[in-house]
Amino acid sequence: MKLKRVTFHGGVRVPEHKELTEDKPIEVLPEPELAIIPLSQHTGKFANPTVKPGDRVKIGTKIGELQGFISANVHSSIAGKVVKIDEHPHLVGTTVPAVFIENDGSGETDEFTPKDWEALSPQEIIETIKEAGIVGLGGAAFPTHVKLSPPPEKRFHSMILNGAECEPYLTIDYRLMVEHAKEILEGGAIIRKALGAKTAYIGIEDNKPEAIEQMMKLASEYDFEVVVLRTKYPQGSEKQLINAITGKEVPSGGLPMDVGVYVQNVGTAYAIYEVFSKGKPLYERGVTVTGKVKEPKNLLVRIGTPVRKLIEAAGGYSEPLGKLIIGGPMMGISQYTEDIPVVKGTTGIVVQSAAEVTLPLDLPCIRCGFCVDVCPMGLVPTLVADYVRVNDIDAAEEWGIMDCMECGSCAYVCPAKRNLVHYIKLGKTIIMKRRK
Amino acid sequence: MNPSTAMLKVSVSPHIRSVDNISRIMYSVVAALMLPLIGAVYFYGWCTLWLTLSGIVGAVLAELIVNLIQHRFTIVDGSAIITGILVAFNVPPGAPWWLPFAGSIFAILVAKAPFGGLGHNILNPALAGRAFLMASWPNFMTKGWLTPIRPAGSTVSGVATITTATPLGVTKLQPKLASMLNTPVALKAMFIGNIGGVVGETSALLILVAALPLIFKKYIDWRIPVFYIGTVFALTGILYEVGVTPLSPLAHVLAGGLFLGAFFMATDMVTSPVTRKGKIIFAIGCGIITVAIRIWGGYPEGVSYSILLMNIVTPLIDRKVRPRRFGT
Repeated sequence: MKLKRVTFHGGVRVPEHKELTEDKPIEVLPEPELAIIPLSQHTGKFANPTVKPGDRVKIGTKIGELQGFISANVHSSIAGKVVKIDEHPHLVGTTVPAVFIENDGSGETDEFTPKDWEALSPQEIIETIKEAGIVGLGGAAFPTHVKLSPPPEKRFHSMILNGAECEPYLTIDYRLMVEHAKEILEGGAIIRKALGAKTAYIGIEDNKPEAIEQMMKLASEYDFEVVVLRTKYPQGSEKQLINAITGKEVPSGGLPMDVGVYVQNVGTAYAIYEVFSKGKPLYERGVTVTGKVKEPKNLLVRIGTPVRKLIEAAGGYSEPLGKLIIGGPMMGISQYTEDIPVVKGTTGIVVQSAAEVTLPLDLPCIRCGFCVDVCPMGLVPTLVADYVRVNDIDAAEEWGIMDCMECGSCAYVCPAKRNLVHYIKLGKTIIMKRRK
Repeated sequence: MNPSTAMLKVSVSPHIRSVDNISRIMYSVVAALMLPLIGAVYFYGWCTLWLTLSGIVGAVLAELIVNLIQHRFTIVDGSAIITGILVAFNVPPGAPWWLPFAGSIFAILVAKAPFGGLGHNILNPALAGRAFLMASWPNFMTKGWLTPIRPAGSTVSGVATITTATPLGVTKLQPKLASMLNTPVALKAMFIGNIGGVVGETSALLILVAALPLIFKKYIDWRIPVFYIGTVFALTGILYEVGVTPLSPLAHVLAGGLFLGAFFMATDMVTSPVTRKGKIIFAIGCGIITVAIRIWGGYPEGVSYSILLMNIVTPLIDRKVRPRRFGT
C-alpha cells in the first residue's frame, strides 16, 4: 500500500513504543467499588452537583449539571450510593470537588433511549450531545457542544476526524479504529450533520496501517476521505493536522473555526455514536495503561476509577517506580499519587521506571537552534523561555509565547535539557492573569 | 501512601528527552577533528600533534581555573577541548610549542569565561585566540610554513620550495605565480592537503569527510558551509572573470582555511544565529568579508576575521531574522 503522506512543518520523531499495547484488544475493566467523579473534568466551569450524600444513583444518572457557556454535564459511572461530595486530588495537581459513589454491585443503568440522528435537526443533535456530557476525548476535554456551536458568522465547510494519536506509547485511539471503525465513522457522520460540513476527512498516521486499512474499507460508505499522515509529533495537534490535510493555517491567536475546519478526536466520535445508538451518556472511556507495568494493555474504564485500579489490572509495576504520567510522555502530567481518578480526558497512563526518569537539568543554552528547527508554531523557544526567566513578559509575548501549545518538541530535542516548557507555561499563566 | 509511590517524581512535560546532550555534541566534534589532525601529522610531521596537545592543555587548564573560581564543573563538557584543538589548528606547523597554549589561555580566559562561559560568549573563542596570537606574535603566525613532507606534483612543490609559504600568501606577494595554482595538479594537491598552510587547514578532503557525520547528526548545520563556500566561489568567480583576482574560484575555495573555517568554526553553535534564515545570512556575510579581505585587504587570508566580524553581527541577526510564525 503506497500512499501519499502529508504532514506539517517542524516537529520531532520520537521513539513510539506503541508495540507494547497496539495488538492488545480493549478489555473491560470491572467497575470500581468506589468511584470518585470530579465535577470538573473539562475545560471551563465546574458542573454543579445535582445529587447529595445518601442519594442512590444508577449508571448514567446525571450527577453534575453544567453551568455557564463552557461547561459539561457529569454522569455517574456506577450504580450505588453517593457517600460524599468532597475535594479530591485532580490530575492537574490541584484538588477539585468530586462526587464519591459507593458501588452497590447491582449494575443497574438509568433509562437509555437511543435516538435516530438522521431524523434530528443539527440543533437537536447538539442538544443531545450536550446532555450526554460529551467532551473532546483526545486529552483537552473541551465541551463538544460548545465546539459545535460557533458564532453565527463562522461556518465549518470541512471536518477532520483525528486519528493521528501522535503521542508515543498511547494506542487507545488506534484500537478503537481497528475494533470500531464503522461506529467511529457513523459518529463522524453525526458530527458532520450537526456542522453541515461539505467535506470530511479522517487523518491517521502511517504507523497504523491496520487502522488505515479498516477505515479505507468503510470510508466511502460514509463519504469520508482517509488521509495518511506522516508519523511525526505533534501531528495530532489541531492546527498542525488542519495544515497537513487542508494546507490552511489557523491564524495566530485564532481557532480552527477561523479557517472553517472542525477537528474531533476519533474517540469522541465513537462516544457520540454511542450517545445516539445506545442512548449512553459519557461515563466510560478507553485508556492505554503502558510503560513499566507487567502487562501493558488497553482498557475500557469507568470514569472515576482510581488510577491504582488500572495499574493493578496491568499486573502492577514491573520496575522501581519513577513517574506515573497521565496522558502521553510528551504532554502528559506526572502525578504524585495513584488516587487520581480516570476522567473524561484521560487517554492513557504511562509508567516510567526510576531509571527512565529524566529531570530537566537546565544547563546553559548553547544556541544550537534545534528548538527553533522543530517548533511547529515557528517560535524561537529558547529566547521566549529566556525572556520569561528574566521576567520580561512583554518581550516573551512579542515573540509569540501565546502561540505555544506546549507540545514539548523544543524541550525534547534540547541538548542542554532546559526546562523550556516550564518557563513558557509560566509566562503564559502570567499573561492570562494580566488579561483578566 | 503505598511505599513504592512515595518515590514518585513530578516534573513538567515532556517526560522523555532525546539522547543528544551538550557533551555528546562536543565530543563528537572532538572526534571529527581527529581526522584533520591525522592529516596534519601525515603531511607536516609529529610537530603538529604536539602543537595540538599544547592547545588542548592550555584551554583545559584555563577552563579549570575558571571552574575553580566559579565553583562550577563545566570542564567535562568538552567545549574547551574543541577550543584548544581549533586554536592549534590555526597556527603554522613550524610555530613554537607554546603558541597554541598561549592562544587557548586567551580564548578561554578572555573571550569565553568573562561573558558567562559556554553559551554566552559572543566571539568564537578559538578565533579570538588566533586573533590574539596574530596581534601578539605576528612573526610566529606568518612564518614557519612547512613544506609538506610528502610533496606531490613538481608544480606545487615548486611553489612550495620557492617561498615555503601558503598558496594565498604566494598569490598576494607574487600574483604571477597564481596561474600555477589554477592548474588541476595544484588544485588536487590543495584538495588532498599536500600544500603549505596552518596545522588544521591543509586538507579540504579530510575536513569534508570529518564534517559529514556531524552534518548528518545535525551537529553542524549544512547551510553555513554551503552558503559560505558558495558565496566565496561565486564572488571570486566574478572577480576572476573580470581580472581582479588572478586565482580561479576553485583555487580560492580550496586554498587557505576556508574549509576549516566554514565547516568547523563558522558553524560554532554558540556564536552563529539560531534560525535557519539567520544562518544563511551569517554564512553569506562570512563569504563576502572573506573575499574582500583576501582581495583588497592587507592579509592574504580572511576567513578567521570574517567569522569574527559576523560573530559580532549574530545577536543583531537573531533579533531581526525571525522564523515565520505559524498562522501569520
